[in-house]
Amino acid sequence: MIEWVNSIVQGVLTGGLYALFAAGLAIIFGVMRLVNIAHGDLIVLAAFVAMVTIETTGVDPFVSMVAVLPFMFFFGYVLQRGILNYTLGDDLLPPLLVTFGISIVIQNLLLEIFSADSQRLKAGPIEVSSVELVEGIELGTLPLIVFVIAVALIFALQIGFSRTRLGRAFRATSDDPSTARLMGINQKHIFGLAMAVSLVLVAIAGIFIGIRTNFDPALGPTRLLFAFEAVIIGGLGSMWGTLAGGVILGVAQNIGAKIDPGWQFLAGHIAFLVILVLRPNGLFPRTRDD
Amino acid sequence: MTSRVVHSTRASRIGMSVAAVLILVLLTVPWWGDRATMRLLVEIFYILALAQLWNLLAGYGGLVSVGQQAFIGLGGYLLFILVIFLDIGTIWTVPMAGILGAVISLPIAFIVFRLRGHYFAIGTWVVAEVFLLGFAQVKALGGGSGMSLPIAAIKSIAASRADRDATIYWLALALAVAVIAGIYLLLRSRYGLALTAIRDSEEASRSLGVDNFRAKLMVFILAAFGTSAIGALIYITKIRITPSAAFDINWTVTIIFIVVIGGIGSIEGPIVGTLIFFLLREPLAPYGTWYLILLGVTAVAVMLKAPKGLWGLFSERFDIALFPVQRRLLLGTDDKPG
Repeated sequence: MIEWVNSIVQGVLTGGLYALFAAGLAIIFGVMRLVNIAHGDLIVLAAFVAMVTIETTGVDPFVSMVAVLPFMFFFGYVLQRGILNYTLGDDLLPPLLVTFGISIVIQNLLLEIFSADSQRLKAGPIEVSSVELVEGIELGTLPLIVFVIAVALIFALQIGFSRTRLGRAFRATSDDPSTARLMGINQKHIFGLAMAVSLVLVAIAGIFIGIRTNFDPALGPTRLLFAFEAVIIGGLGSMWGTLAGGVILGVAQNIGAKIDPGWQFLAGHIAFLVILVLRPNGLFPRTRDD
Repeated sequence: MTSRVVHSTRASRIGMSVAAVLILVLLTVPWWGDRATMRLLVEIFYILALAQLWNLLAGYGGLVSVGQQAFIGLGGYLLFILVIFLDIGTIWTVPMAGILGAVISLPIAFIVFRLRGHYFAIGTWVVAEVFLLGFAQVKALGGGSGMSLPIAAIKSIAASRADRDATIYWLALALAVAVIAGIYLLLRSRYGLALTAIRDSEEASRSLGVDNFRAKLMVFILAAFGTSAIGALIYITKIRITPSAAFDINWTVTIIFIVVIGGIGSIEGPIVGTLIFFLLREPLAPYGTWYLILLGVTAVAVMLKAPKGLWGLFSERFDIALFPVQRRLLLGTDDKPG
């Protein structure tokens, strides 16, 4: 019995990471109705950027964020203003196919530069330390930190969206782009900032993946699927829904893995499809996708 | 002055004649071509057919699926299941895989049609992942390491190797021609008109009485039918199947790049795209990943600068359509069609 509880608890912790993947995807969908197929590959890219930073400067993965976060922020802004802004319009195809192309390019460039080998960001003794919650349930310090930071970030995002000037601009652009433009909001700039914020979350997620598990250039697509599933399970338009979606996905995967290791990801996907059939708008919908 | 609506143009009549001659020439390849040429042509035929089906889905039906590998792999596995467990003749598995694939596509449509636009794309991908991971769990089908086609099943196609190669070649050619002809006829019918209307504007087509859902469902099932049948054919040529290869996203990557570069939303586009893909692949294959990077960059550039692809650029410039599916209104009989 306690093993099952343990599986669920570990799943909740993994879910925090998934919620972090999903938050970045949810922001850009919310602001500009863009589904970024390269999202997962950008997470992996951030992990590799962190790896290079750590190797060249010798800093700790957590410290590397000082360099990686601004880099990804800048990268996101340039990506949006240089390429993705030109794909936005009534037609769904261009953004989808362009981000799909970018995904393949990033994946193969990483493969060419870093080879297909599995990598890991070394975080020192914290990697193996853990806290015993009760008899039979041990929480890894690192997964716990990741979870707490993920929840804090999602909390901060929710506040940021409702309270700050930039958050208001995001919501205004999302609700009614043409009126927002009339009110003096530079839409292209706002979209650039939204992608930049999304990629900051991506960068944090990428570094956390790097210290929690192994990563390699081919990892992106499955992370995109996890992010996507968490967003849809939670329902569009609510950051707390996204967190819940990530946690449900993480728990489903861990329960699946407990039954049979081959069932880990399968169980997550099936949980997603079942929820999609039962609650097409997700569990906690705010906005509708049409 | 009388006005009439026509489909064909001079270019299209020339195009049709060239296509007919080309098909006749291709039919004779087994009598004079070598084995390598035939193998390459078989691959070109099935990739072309897959590209046409994806174009029907995305370019006309507005259903941008990145999960068509689900049906390729399904068709492949149906081949093995039908041959090994039900003792069905190897060649007959191709149409049967198509029919079964179409049947299985119904519950899939029930799920993924709940997702709109962009989300539909990733939803189909999730379904393909479920197939990949699910088939890897089936011990009777070799699990993750897959299985090979029994020698008896290969021999049942034809007694000699040359006859087998010829049979597979003609089958692949027939499938490619049938897919293109089928899509052409579909698009020229009133269903095609409905699809084109949906492609141009979902709201407008609905207001004119088009049942968008039914039209999209029909396209999804037809694409599943064709893709599964081609999946069975592909694995007759490959002989060995594994879940990770059969349900590989790279099938769809290749197809999407071909359609985007060639020109989405036309029948000529995927043909042009397939030719470019194979022309580039032959010299660039040794560079592996760089080839994919080049294709990716090209596809992004084409999507940004010429969303109708290379064929779109060409046909707009010269107003030429080899497979015209649109109707042209001729005002006055003295007007000569293009």
